[in-house]
Amino acid sequence: MSITRRHMLLLLPAAAVAWKHVLAGTPESSPNYTMSQHWWSMLIDLPKCIGCGNCVRACQTENDVPDGYFRTWVERYHVSDYDIENPHVDSPDGGKKGFPPAKEEGGKNFFVPKLCNHCADSPCTQVCPVGATFISPDGVVLIDKKYCLGCRYCVQACPYGCRFINPKTETAEKCTLCYHRITKGLTTACCESCPTGARQLADLKNPHDPIHEFLKTHSVQVLKPYMATHAKVFYSGLDGSVR
Amino acid sequence: MHAFKDSGHLFRVAAVFVAGILLFLVVRSFLVPKSFGQYGHYRGDAMAEAAARPVNFAGHETCETCHVEVLDKKKDGKHAHVNCEACHGPQAKHADDPASVQPAKLDTAVLCVRCHEANAAKPKSFPQVASADHSSGLACDTCHQPHSPAITDGGTK
Repeated sequence: MSITRRHMLLLLPAAAVAWKHVLAGTPESSPNYTMSQHWWSMLIDLPKCIGCGNCVRACQTENDVPDGYFRTWVERYHVSDYDIENPHVDSPDGGKKGFPPAKEEGGKNFFVPKLCNHCADSPCTQVCPVGATFISPDGVVLIDKKYCLGCRYCVQACPYGCRFINPKTETAEKCTLCYHRITKGLTTACCESCPTGARQLADLKNPHDPIHEFLKTHSVQVLKPYMATHAKVFYSGLDGSVR
Repeated sequence: MHAFKDSGHLFRVAAVFVAGILLFLVVRSFLVPKSFGQYGHYRGDAMAEAAARPVNFAGHETCETCHVEVLDKKKDGKHAHVNCEACHGPQAKHADDPASVQPAKLDTAVLCVRCHEANAAKPKSFPQVASADHSSGLACDTCHQPHSPAITDGGTK
């Protein structure tokens, strides 16, 4: 069926209404989103990361992250040939403005983007005294800003250093895995802006998600597996020196 | 019956306790939000509040509904899989009102080097240049078309 001008005129208001819904919708009013049908995670394909800082900038604009604080950041590792146990790590302004040329010659150099690991057994939710942070039924670790006292227990509990206290609201803050986007069928701001596809949002409960094929065919690791946090940010090609 | 002859004061203490517990339950029912405990030890409404935030990045699928011609230009080039907003920045406001909100024109001299400036930590297979030597100060789009950057006909200008 070809779309005539009459059809187009009929379709446009419908599209406008749909877009308004995307901008302001909530999970209850999103007819296609059921929390129990998702289990969100992220895949980070390290050999693709070029350290451009797009994800850091996108996260800050999407989520109003205050300057000097980061919900996601990029680290640059320099592992010298003779001391692989003690890598030199830098992350100037979280990698927001990219990275200057490396100071050290030689060795192994690579970027590692970091964010909340949305652990299935997260230490940060376990220590919250008031139930202000929790794992949502779709597997995202969230903070209830209205309930948070700003006691900072969770900031200390996170083994990955992913939480901070927002200086304006004095409440804990962290990556929400762009909960306002993924519940509307969009990907996260960092994944949307990643030019090389190094970051990919993944839904472990969706049998058609490419993550399943990727996990089967690649060597994948999470950060600090010995902490038994059941982190859900999977790193492909992760070097053993990464902390 | 001797054992219970002074039991009156026990009942009085019990009554105080019961009254206290009832008061606690009444106050608690007013103070605890309705949705607390709906899914677990947290406020169920908190998720809807987190999800209600407006988006800034419209998503490439939204861009592609209008800008089909750019998709056509990109599809065979090296930038085929680079999403629109990776370079053009967040454009939800533009998508919401395309007529009055126009994206800023990009400066390729600033933009391209974000990804393509040579750095030892970048993957070896990723195309990198030392921008100062590579173009002697010329903007990248003098030779490269950003949507499909391979040089085919000597540039766009």
